[in-house]
Amino acid sequence: MNKTWNNKAWFMVLPVFLLVAISAIIPLMTVVNYSVQDTFGNNEFFWNGTDWFVDTLTSERFHAALVRNLSFSLIILAIEIPLGIGISLTIPKKGWGVSVCLVLMALPLLIPWNVVGTIWQVFGRVDIGLLGHTLAALGLDYNYVQDPIDAWATVVAMDVWHWTSLVALLCYAGLSAIPDAYYQAAKIDGASRWAVFRYIQLPKMKRVLTIAVLLRFMDSFMIYTEPFVVTGGGPGNSTTFLSIDLVKMAIGQFDLGPAAAMSIIYFLIILLLSWIFYTVMTNSEGAN
Amino acid sequence: MDLSWMAWTWPTAIFFLTILTMLIGMSVWEYFVPGGSPRVGVLRFETTRGDRLFVSLLGSAFIHLGWLAFMGPNLWWALAVSVVYAVLVFRYV
Amino acid sequence: MSAVANTARAERPVTIGTVRSSNSGRLSWLVPTIYIVLLMLPIYWLVNMSFKTNTEITGVFSLWPEAPTLRNYEVIFSDPSWYMGYVNSIIYVVLNTVISITAALPAAYAFSRYRFLGDKHMFFWLLTNRMAPPAVFALPFFQLYSSLGLIDTHIAVAIAHCLFNVPLAVWILEGFISGVPREIDETAYIDGYSFPKFFVKIFMPLIASGIGVAAFFCFMFSWVELLIARTLTTTDAKPITAIMTRTVSAAGMDWGVLAAAGALTIIPGALVIYFVRNYIAKGFALGRV
Repeated sequence: MNKTWNNKAWFMVLPVFLLVAISAIIPLMTVVNYSVQDTFGNNEFFWNGTDWFVDTLTSERFHAALVRNLSFSLIILAIEIPLGIGISLTIPKKGWGVSVCLVLMALPLLIPWNVVGTIWQVFGRVDIGLLGHTLAALGLDYNYVQDPIDAWATVVAMDVWHWTSLVALLCYAGLSAIPDAYYQAAKIDGASRWAVFRYIQLPKMKRVLTIAVLLRFMDSFMIYTEPFVVTGGGPGNSTTFLSIDLVKMAIGQFDLGPAAAMSIIYFLIILLLSWIFYTVMTNSEGAN
Repeated sequence: MDLSWMAWTWPTAIFFLTILTMLIGMSVWEYFVPGGSPRVGVLRFETTRGDRLFVSLLGSAFIHLGWLAFMGPNLWWALAVSVVYAVLVFRYV
Repeated sequence: MSAVANTARAERPVTIGTVRSSNSGRLSWLVPTIYIVLLMLPIYWLVNMSFKTNTEITGVFSLWPEAPTLRNYEVIFSDPSWYMGYVNSIIYVVLNTVISITAALPAAYAFSRYRFLGDKHMFFWLLTNRMAPPAVFALPFFQLYSSLGLIDTHIAVAIAHCLFNVPLAVWILEGFISGVPREIDETAYIDGYSFPKFFVKIFMPLIASGIGVAAFFCFMFSWVELLIARTLTTTDAKPITAIMTRTVSAAGMDWGVLAAAGALTIIPGALVIYFVRNYIAKGFALGRV
């Protein structure tokens, strides 16, 4: 669409700019200021140069949290994306079933994140939870409080439970934008189910899938509340993701300097990823 | 309103003023030569002047972090590398 | 003529649909059903627990409440420190939704219709705030709002949540507005409408579904967020989600009340989702399908 060049449009954007600037720029500047100083409270700060950055960049703790976070993001993407596509293909296209499906599937998305945590914390417990109890009854040695692998399995299962619907709904939106003439043509050509998926449905889902992949990647990269409620980052540090570590440092131990340096590195990674996301998306938009 | 909690220092203030000056400079440039001279560079998608500035700044941030992690605390060299990088970005991206 | 074309178009998918569903077999309802059952199981377990007594929860393992009780809900509805949590949450969520949509509407219109100095970068910068981890901002937020004297007020949480909700609202609304042809704007100008009058009287009804979806998303993300809301409140504006975590850490787990409180937080979401059910798929695609 051809847009008119009009710099007065800035006045329409101004309220949004001010609102977000207060919430984003002032805190960000503060974080940068803290990252080069040390404090012992009382708003007294001492110049500390780039030491916090060196500390963070070379610290085992940060590397471990970063690796954990990246693995977590990749695992949940590998599960949620194919599963979401599969489910979106089976959602009915018409009738009363559509609304029922969509509303029920979207329900987990609207549960406060710490309640999601609470639900799974309870659900997975061996003594009072349905999942934990069933697994124990099947003879499995399952205990997410003590076993790191079980804790990971629980956190991943929780995220899949929580967010697969988002992928499914996005793909469904992409699928419902396909004109019926396409299916008709495919039928006349005698195309197989797989061919219909590969050459008609998948290309049409490309854009929404991009949104889905990157939205899920970003959100899982900054996950905090749900694993914090379920495992508290444990057992040991096995489920301590970047955000959990950061909050522990900033609010728990009040180590403003290291927390700020870590925030900036974390934020730069997010910024790079968002930029790739945005570029890929706008360019695929232009190509359509 | 008490703003001492923001803990301003001269180096960080200069840092943010530099960024602000760059943004104003880009706006003035844009005002006199509108359109942002879009072109398709080595990244194989269309970039404008603003995109190139962003890629330079973000890249410089990572160059500085990399320098701190692998080379040592003397950031003047990292700055020099960043300037070279920025020139390359403005020339080829 | 156009009515005929419309009915023809409306009828076509029906025939195609029947052909396709017979192709894919009679079991096509099975997958969504299994998936939904799996989704509902953990929620059912929470609701199930909320109707049990604590002795039943910890004592016997039962798939449904054997001695159903409303005691847990009574605890919540008779104690202001519990039920005010819901009121607080609703207040700041509604405030945030109103602020976000009001600010985002003109901005989304501007992004959709005009090119202006730095527009693309501005749009990208807004999006980065949607992507920024709340953990980074929690502490500076606390200090910023302390110095403004706004700690423990609803408006503080509402404005803080604008950080990620305003960009989201701009993004969704921009998608919906771009779907409205420009000719409508131009016709309205020729008919002598002033811009504000045109915007409120003609344009907003046209994108009503988009506004509904954007409001739904603002509601949703403000409702589910815990970290910032918890950081900025102490007592008077404490959201229900934060009250829950405090009670969990208190000695002697009251599982029943915890489950009841959790079950009650699901209701507002279920209500708002019902209102936007027809647009929800398009909304999750951020209005860009």
